[in-house]
Formats: sequence, structure tokens, C-alpha cells
Amino acid sequence: MNQRPITEDDLHAYVDQALEPERRAAVASYLDNHPDVATRVAAFATQREQLRGALASIADEPLPAELNLSHIIEGRKRRPRWAGGMVAAMLLIGLGGLGGWTMHGLLQDGSNGLSSLAQEAAYSYSVFAPDHVRPVEIKASNSAEFAQWATTRLKQPVKVPDLSVSGYRLMGGRLVPTSHGPAAMFMYDDDRGNRLVVLTRPMSNRDLATPMMPQSTGDVAGFVWAEGGMGYTLVGQLPGDTLKPIANEIRKQARPI
Amino acid sequence: MKDMLVQVEPLIPALRRYARALMRDRAAADDLVQDCLERAVSRWHERRDGSVRAWLFTILHNLAITQFRQATARGRHMPIDDAGEQELASAADQEQRLIYQDVLRKLAKLPEEQRSVLLLIAVEDLSYADAAAVLNVPVGTVMSRLSRARERLQQEMDGVAPGNVVVMRSLK
Repeated sequence: MNQRPITEDDLHAYVDQALEPERRAAVASYLDNHPDVATRVAAFATQREQLRGALASIADEPLPAELNLSHIIEGRKRRPRWAGGMVAAMLLIGLGGLGGWTMHGLLQDGSNGLSSLAQEAAYSYSVFAPDHVRPVEIKASNSAEFAQWATTRLKQPVKVPDLSVSGYRLMGGRLVPTSHGPAAMFMYDDDRGNRLVVLTRPMSNRDLATPMMPQSTGDVAGFVWAEGGMGYTLVGQLPGDTLKPIANEIRKQARPI
Repeated sequence: MKDMLVQVEPLIPALRRYARALMRDRAAADDLVQDCLERAVSRWHERRDGSVRAWLFTILHNLAITQFRQATARGRHMPIDDAGEQELASAADQEQRLIYQDVLRKLAKLPEEQRSVLLLIAVEDLSYADAAAVLNVPVGTVMSRLSRARERLQQEMDGVAPGNVVVMRSLK
């Protein structure tokens, strides 16, 4: 018989009923001959039964309304979507800075093209953030590859901001077309499903550096700025005070060291 | 979405049980499960092939760990000895109930990483491979944590002879 020796892992798998019948039989016969080990294994099995018994009733409790999955799915569908906000924003753009889209007007004077960047970010957000099928083209797991590709296409070094300190995880990114060429878009989300979009591309003025400016289009708000000829913008559906520190973090990380 | 409903809904009671066993607080645990379900709905299309069960437990476990870390950072600690047992165990017969309360109290003394592994495997019936995926560690690590968890829980249990459980309670 070329029987493999019994391992500790076998003993646990025996307790957890995770062994193939043949191995199970081998462990059982081993235990018959080793009462001390058998005692230990029996104790583990007792633990297992007690834990399962102690916790069993929780799984039998009726689910509260908050945990009704149909409600959760329904709630998502009813949440205001981007489409509506965008129609409103477009109308206001059409009206031409009559006051409704204040920041747009403000940025247009001497905005050095930042208003276009802000607009592009809002469009990207409106198209991709509500997308549940493929919000990003390249997933976070390939972020190094994406940064490399974006660097090639934008002809400028592109770094992927890490927003984990702010509680946002990178979902991934994609390249988006703008009237000024390709821009790199990064998308992030937090534990509550809030999504943020960061858009960056070279500005036509290669030395441009500006302070951070607030922007908003419809219910997409955020900040836009330029540094070293690169334009950056962060947008989301969150209040400005929430977005400001995140924008600061991006600005800090994007600076060449 | 219908596909999701069919696959996820039957697992909610188990998610609740795991969350409550970890958090030892009904409201906090259910909040966590709610967060988990909301994420599952929004990320349903992003999940990879493989066990939906393991995927859901991964989301839930990560949310729980984030909470533990935040709680630790804020200097609060999770209840260890006091609250929770009556919420956890509601067995019909009194003696059984005491045994259950006792095992849960002892489980709570284990380090978090040993507790999770024991709950995922011994209670939630995850395979060793699925538990490894949920905890984001190699299977070998799962096995060594499981072994340590069982030895440690046994030491706790051996510390008090079974008959003394009732005595201890009457002294309380």
C-alpha cells in the first residue's frame, strides 16, 4: 500500500466533511488506531456543531425590509439618473451663461480652456458613471498598463491617482475623445457606490498652471485646474466640501516630484 | 437583474449570519449586509466567473474589515464579553442555550482572522479554496489559521468543564 500519510489538513477536512470518500475512510481508520488524535478531532467536530447550532436561528429570522433585494434593485432604478441632469445642463449651456450655469460663465472669461475640460469631464461622467455593464474599459487590475497606454496617447506622463486615503477605490479607466485630442478618464467608487470621475489631458498652453476652480453642470460638480500644461478635473455627484480634499489629493499626487 | 435576484437572494440569510457573528450586533450587522447587497447590485456585471457565494462573502468580509479598522482607529473596540449573546443565540431549551452562549463568548475571544476563517468554513460551509478567495490569502494560510482557531477555541472550552457553565452563570 502506498498510502499517503495523514496530515493535519486531512483532520480538519475530516471535521468539515470535505474529504473524498476514500480519503475519509483512510482518516477514519487512522483515528480508530489513534485515540488521542480521535479525541481532538471529536472536540473540533463538537465545536463545529455548537457554532452551527448557536448561529442557526439567525438565518431563519425574517429579512427586514432593508435587506429585501427587490427593494434594493428597485431603489437603484428610481435613483435620479444622469440623463435628466444632462438635458438640463445642455439647455443651460444653450442659454449661454444667463446665470443658470454660473461657473461655466465664470470659467469662460480667461479660463484658458479649462471650461472645455470641465465640460468634457461632465459629459464623461454622464455617459460612463451610470453604466453598470462597462463603466470602464480597462479595469483597475490593469492600471499600470492603462497608465502606460495613456502616456503614449497623451504624449505626456500620466499617473493614476490613488484615492484610497479618501475611501475611493479605482474601478479603472478609458481614453475619451475630446476636441483637443484624447483624454485619460479614471473612475473610482466608494463603499456606498458613489462614483467619481477624474479626467486629464494636455492643455493647448503647455506651460499652463492655474489655481483650482470649482465647476458644476447640472448636478455634476467638481474642480478643475492645470499644472505643467496638463489639465485635471474631478467631478462627481457630491457636495463641493467633500470633493475639495479629494481634488487636493489628486493635485498633490500629480505633481512631478 | 432577474438572474441576480435568483442567485443572490437565497444567500442573504447566510450573509446576515456571518455579519452578525462577526459584528455581534444586529443593527450593525444588518447595515453591513445592506451595504454588501447594494454593492452586489451595482457590481453584478463586474463579477468574475466563479462562486457567487464566495463573491458575496468577499464583499461582506471586506466591508466588515473596513469597519473593524475604522473602529480601531477611532479607539473604540468591538464588544468582546458582554453584549451580543442574547442576540445571537435563541435556542429553545435552556441548557442548550447556555452551551450556545458559551461557545459564542469563547469564539469572540479569538483574533479576528481566526474567527473569520472558522465561521466561513465551519458555519458557512465555504470550501477551503473559496475561503482563501474571500480572505485573499493562500489556501495554506487558511488551513493554518483554521488549525490555530480550533486549538485556541478548544483551550478556551477546556478551561471550563461543561458542567460549570451553569454555575458560572448563576454567580453572575
